[in-house]
Amino acid sequence: MKKAIALALALMMLLALCACGDSDAKQDETPTVKIGVFEPLSGANGPGGKQEYLGMQYANYVTPTVEINGTVYNVELVPADNESSDDKAVTAATTLVSGGASVVLGSYGSSVAIAGSATFGEAGIPVIGVTCTNPQVTEGNDHYFRICFLDPFQGTVLANFAHDELKAETVYCLGQLGNDYDQGLINYFKQAAEGLGMKVITAEFPENNADFTSYLNNAKTEGAQVIFAPCSIQYAQLIVEQSATQGIGLPLLAGDTWDSNKILGAAQGKEVDIYVSTFYAEGGDPDFESGIKEWLNSNSEAKTNNGGDDMIAAVTVMGYDAYYTALEAMKKAGSVDKADILAAMPDVTYTGVSGSIAFNEVGDAVRDTAYIKQANTSDNVWDFVAVQGVN
Amino acid sequence: MSGFLNAYLPHILTGISVGGQYALIAIGYTMVYGILRLINFAHGDVFMVAGLVMVYATASMPMYISIPLVIIATVLLGFVIERVAYKPLRSAPRMSVMISAIGVSYLLQNCALYFTGGLPQTYPVIPFISDSVTVFGQTTKMVTLITPVLTLLLVVILSLLIKYTKMGMAMRAVSKDFETSQLMGIKINSVISFTFIIGCFLAAVGSLLYFTNYQSVIPTSGAMPGLKAFVAAVFGGIGSIPGAVIGAFIIGICENLIKGAGWTTFSDAFTFVLLIVILLAKPTGIFGEKATDKV
Amino acid sequence: MTKIEQKKSKKGTWIALCCIAALYVLLFLIDNVFPSTSFIVMLTPVLKKGAIYSLLCVSMNLLNGFTGLFSLGQAGFMLIGAYTYAIFTIPVAEHMSVYQYFDGGAIQFSIPEAIGSILGPTGGAFFGSIIAIILAGCVAAVFAALIGIPVLRLKSDYLAIATLGFVEIIRAVFQWNSLGVITNGSNQLRKYTAFSDMKLTIGGATLKFGTIFPFLIVMLCIIVIVLLINSSYGRAFKAIRDDEVAAEAMGISLFKHKMLSFVISCFFAGVGGALLAMFQTTIKAQSFTSAMTYEILLMVVIGGIGSVSGSCIAAFLYIACSEWWLRFLDSGKFLGLSVPFFRDGFRKVVFSVVIMIIVLFFSRGIMGDRELSFSGIAGGVKKLSGRLKKKDIEEKEDTGNE
Repeated sequence: MKKAIALALALMMLLALCACGDSDAKQDETPTVKIGVFEPLSGANGPGGKQEYLGMQYANYVTPTVEINGTVYNVELVPADNESSDDKAVTAATTLVSGGASVVLGSYGSSVAIAGSATFGEAGIPVIGVTCTNPQVTEGNDHYFRICFLDPFQGTVLANFAHDELKAETVYCLGQLGNDYDQGLINYFKQAAEGLGMKVITAEFPENNADFTSYLNNAKTEGAQVIFAPCSIQYAQLIVEQSATQGIGLPLLAGDTWDSNKILGAAQGKEVDIYVSTFYAEGGDPDFESGIKEWLNSNSEAKTNNGGDDMIAAVTVMGYDAYYTALEAMKKAGSVDKADILAAMPDVTYTGVSGSIAFNEVGDAVRDTAYIKQANTSDNVWDFVAVQGVN
Repeated sequence: MSGFLNAYLPHILTGISVGGQYALIAIGYTMVYGILRLINFAHGDVFMVAGLVMVYATASMPMYISIPLVIIATVLLGFVIERVAYKPLRSAPRMSVMISAIGVSYLLQNCALYFTGGLPQTYPVIPFISDSVTVFGQTTKMVTLITPVLTLLLVVILSLLIKYTKMGMAMRAVSKDFETSQLMGIKINSVISFTFIIGCFLAAVGSLLYFTNYQSVIPTSGAMPGLKAFVAAVFGGIGSIPGAVIGAFIIGICENLIKGAGWTTFSDAFTFVLLIVILLAKPTGIFGEKATDKV
Repeated sequence: MTKIEQKKSKKGTWIALCCIAALYVLLFLIDNVFPSTSFIVMLTPVLKKGAIYSLLCVSMNLLNGFTGLFSLGQAGFMLIGAYTYAIFTIPVAEHMSVYQYFDGGAIQFSIPEAIGSILGPTGGAFFGSIIAIILAGCVAAVFAALIGIPVLRLKSDYLAIATLGFVEIIRAVFQWNSLGVITNGSNQLRKYTAFSDMKLTIGGATLKFGTIFPFLIVMLCIIVIVLLINSSYGRAFKAIRDDEVAAEAMGISLFKHKMLSFVISCFFAGVGGALLAMFQTTIKAQSFTSAMTYEILLMVVIGGIGSVSGSCIAAFLYIACSEWWLRFLDSGKFLGLSVPFFRDGFRKVVFSVVIMIIVLFFSRGIMGDRELSFSGIAGGVKKLSGRLKKKDIEEKEDTGNE
């Protein structure tokens, strides 16, 4: 019995090895160019990573080939799951390097992007950050580019919004302990808000925390007018839900992570006021939206990954644009070689669904507007509120 | 005093509710430990699976079928885990069994991750207990009030069961002396299975209450409540049911008061500080029996 | 790696030395000569991580397998080691950008730069990081000594749960914003000296040591642990593991030896943490969870509790499987066929099922409490004694030599 099991295990291992070898051996008739997708497909940021990947998958579905210097290439998306975890990011990145990706897209979540960055840098592969907003992602990294706005910008925008539109004097900031996205954004928000004369109270909750009632009550007793909670979706759902049942009655303000149908689902039919800043407001490009909705509805797996409905998340739009930016870079380089693409990257410009994209000297997209949306809890949609910039 | 109450009443209310939920999980830990001397690391994950089963069950079935189904499925899961993962290791060193428990916990979390695709699942709204009520000017959910009452009720029933039924007597005998009770003709395996069944039943009830309060289930949802419930069980004196319940309420209330006082960074760490302090001061917990080492 | 020789067989020693020499030549070639084909590119990080986890497993085995102290605090001490290493090797010029929210942080000092002012930048990075690694181990050991005083009085399960609690406390302290000027709070530490900086310029030629470096450090550490286990202290540890009461009756000071084992194990956990930091190039307290400890514990179990060589083999196998060989299970394709249930996360399910099978049916792990001996292999291969055994050993050789 034991021997049989041991044998079976050993055989499995062998098969696994075969499978590895096999994937290298496969050859197609038409030349293929590989775009690596470095996204968290599991772990805390799994939902966001999946939605971002959906945008790329849809783009790949619409435009599966690219013509470079007269040669038509098949574009293949090669995903590698970084498990939302810094210690898994290195080998996930290496999988893409060894898989021969010409350009890499990702990641959702800045800390894994920073963790994987060195591996791509050593291999000389250009990376296009899709929604990683931390300034450290591109800073000092010649190979990292990004198509979204940055946290200092987003924090200022949100502080302005809290000051101008919500007329807040005291803001309660709530972020996850140990999560650099939360803490970073809160930091920039705090700087900007204190510059505007607002009072800022900060609090942290530990990982896997489920009970936010104490925090929400604290916000109320401290006399805050707005709760700023730029945390990941799994906590956001709980905050929204508990804010409603506790009857806190303070508006919730958050960054791009909250722009998700999961938040709307949690807020549906409840008395909560939610504002988010994001990359894209629904209704910006009707053709694109009807197309992707049709695709989502016809593809059950994609729909499940999107959270079970056909609402378009801003990160999906950004994923879509990132894919075309990568194709644009290949065309500009006139080659599918990573070094050529890297050399061509700084000059790439592209006008996507989310707006026009051009890189500055650090490799960040030049963006000066963010969209503010409000959750419409009766119709279960996001209402567009304002385009907010830094003034 | 009234100022203190006004500021801290919401925290105390939540604390009592959270404590009740911890208590229901902690009983599972404490009973298994009492009999097998095993920290059942998988118990928190069984609790999480109960939450997931509820999510999937209500998607296709009405509530009055789903709830019994969840309880049955959870009990079954507990039974299977015991038979497959712990029973073969009964004569193995204690460390092996504990490692097996860690393995089961790892397996359950990974399975949950696979089936949910890592997306947080929204827990269904159970009518009545999800309704909002107002107590002393504080709005809260009905479940906050129901939890401590239901917990105490279940604990009383459980205590009676252990005290007066034949099975209860067998359980007490096994926890006192494993080998001797075997010699006395007690069917060890069925007693152990029964312990797991009770533990998982309470975990299923706990999950109904817990996830009604915190309506999002993720694969790691069970980890933290599980760990804290275990701390509660140790705090109260592991092996003692009233100890586990009191420990759970103390942990729940303290944790929320700490948060209320603004020390949010250390709300989890505090629980563990409490654990270490109690272990050093009174290693057997508040209600624990004094262990005598036989040479 | 697998240099552990208990039987003083001359032939075995020679084979072992040859194997190790061959291994290092191979690693040197990988670093400096071999072209970066996709196979080599994937192999190097797996080798590095495997080596680091070998050390972590062996250090945990010293505590759990040889002394019988069931501690689950490994991740906490790794965290201390990793942070100590990172904090003292970030170049001063980079402090402003790393500690972006804390005005450049409080510690304006970098060991590699201090050494570099004498030996030049490459030498500074190489020897500076070695000093920082030793420092990392020492800091972890000091913390271990402090924690050990109260905790080591507890027995088995209580010790496990108390050490588990300490990991959570340590994590919360390191993430605390008020200590941010040192630990950078919730944010990553980065830009410190990593494996890719491990170069030495000898006679005009720059040689890279990115892969050899972790192997060297890990091998040295494991040799020290093996020497310790085979010394009189090691025999005292085993006596405590087998029967505390009897050991005490024989005149072994329980507390002293438990403390010794705990501190030494944590020292190497700290060293392992520092190496892991070098491997990852960025670190964050958030990732040092109890799940990490469980992972290491499972590796120890797979290798065999009480076997140093088993731990090493298991660490390499585990890392290679989870991060390389089994990745195809997530891809939706198998040998060119599309399999619908091969989606994200399936790899982990398969992996945990395999682990459960090992825990339940092969609870002694790959090696049990035996050690790998090269003379034994030579004899074993000759005799062909049992197909299964041979298969095992071949696998071991593979991992050892890769």
